[in-house]
Amino acid sequence: MVTWTDFERATIQDIFSKIDYDIVGPDALSRCLIVYPWTQRYFGSFGNLYNAAAIASNPKVAAHGKVVLGGLEKALKNMDDIKQAYADLSVLHSEKLQVDPDNFKLLADCLTIVVASQLGKDFTPEVHAAFAKFLAVVVAALRKQYH
Amino acid sequence: MSLTEKDKAAVKALWAKISKSADAIGADALSRMLLVYPQTKTYFSHWPDTKAGSEPVKKHGKKIMGGVGLAVSKIDDLAAGLLKLSELHAFKLRVDPANFKLLAHCLQVVIANMFPKDFTPEAHVACDKFLANVALALSEKYR
Repeated sequence: MVTWTDFERATIQDIFSKIDYDIVGPDALSRCLIVYPWTQRYFGSFGNLYNAAAIASNPKVAAHGKVVLGGLEKALKNMDDIKQAYADLSVLHSEKLQVDPDNFKLLADCLTIVVASQLGKDFTPEVHAAFAKFLAVVVAALRKQYH
Repeated sequence: MSLTEKDKAAVKALWAKISKSADAIGADALSRMLLVYPQTKTYFSHWPDTKAGSEPVKKHGKKIMGGVGLAVSKIDDLAAGLLKLSELHAFKLRVDPANFKLLAHCLQVVIANMFPKDFTPEAHVACDKFLANVALALSEKYR
């Protein structure tokens, strides 16, 4: 059972209210594909991922970045039982998409870096720690149904 | 995943932009690491305070960035250039190398936070590779 302090709850809600979903999702996913190119293995149908410029301007990457952020919103709305809320998503990633769960951490790291670049001074160490905890819980929930 | 000439150029270009703020970056990254990954505090039990802005954190952040700056200047042969630091970490400090990744992540979070326009995806991948190679050079003497 994950327990959230009042500060953590408020901070995580606040972060999501401040970030632009249409920028953060696409930016984080394209960064992941650029910085950790082996993650491209899951996106064979996305067309041109040949270099950073191609990835950053790829419409399928952008669209999928928004899908990912929509998934995070589900966690945001179910903070007291993310494990349960993510059960189906976890099965999807393990059985259908067959994503190596180590990749979840890579995307989480890119999300943290993009949010850090968006929030400037507001991204204090305490805010950073709350966000990192949230992403760690999300990643653990996504890993849960891998057998 | 060794550094290409393009990576080295990108790292030097990024360093040129951020090095004036090295002390602030080091202190911020270190304090974030201690807060976000509390297990890293175990290496600093001799400090009275591990909070952001405390004297030991600021002083040590500056020292770390000195090491990063040295690594940038020795980017063509990190193992040789960081030999003394590797011996220090291997025989005296004995920091588990897994922690190098945590500090590297925090450094990049701080750079992205302070220099959002400069920390492009291209700069990010070069920086990530560079810090991974620095970690490798620092672990060189471990066994």
